[in-house]
Amino acid sequence: MMFGAAAAAVLVTMSLAMVRAIKGPTVYDRIVAASNFGTLTVVLIAVYGFLSGRPEFLDIALVYALINFIGAIAVSKFVQFGGVQRPLGEDDPGDI
Amino acid sequence: MENVLDIISWGLMICGGAFSIIGGIGMIRLPDVFSRMHAASVTETMGATTIFIGLMVQAGWTLTTVKLLLMLIFMMFTNPTATHAIARAALGEGLVPLSDGDEEDLSDYVLADTEMMAPEPDDKEPEPSKT
Repeated sequence: MMFGAAAAAVLVTMSLAMVRAIKGPTVYDRIVAASNFGTLTVVLIAVYGFLSGRPEFLDIALVYALINFIGAIAVSKFVQFGGVQRPLGEDDPGDI
Repeated sequence: MENVLDIISWGLMICGGAFSIIGGIGMIRLPDVFSRMHAASVTETMGATTIFIGLMVQAGWTLTTVKLLLMLIFMMFTNPTATHAIARAALGEGLVPLSDGDEEDLSDYVLADTEMMAPEPDDKEPEPSKT
């Protein structure tokens, strides 16, 4: 019951984040919405593990959290620099 | 004792769901990229943290709690870092936060930063890799 309520709340929030990711005017809106969607996916996997009585799902959630972080950093760097390499031409190695 | 723990867990997870939905509504309704990031942070830290603490109370002293604590610490470190990186990329692009008049002068910082960070113009050949 309580896990179902938490999972329903997370699903509602995921749908709201998906609306923002579809209609966001700038690309940063979409990145923020996608990152938020990934975080909510982690929470949803964890809650679903408890809901179905199999807490082993937490390992999957942990790996998904790692991938989500790397993805958000990589996409923001890609949008800013047009690539994931260091900035060309200067000695400045970039900030991220 | 079981009932007390169940009630605590139930309250924490309801609070977490409420925080998540509030953050989602804010992400729909707020006017600006940076304010939407602020709303998303409510979901990512407060909502997820509260739901995880509720799950920890439910799990008791087991390995599951350790895994949940690990995920919690990891998310508390990485979500603000990712949001900071996205906000910095947006500032470097030239997006300026909305304000009601008495804004700080961000343009110097943004322009200097953009010039420093910008890749070479398109007509130049990129340097070959140094390796």
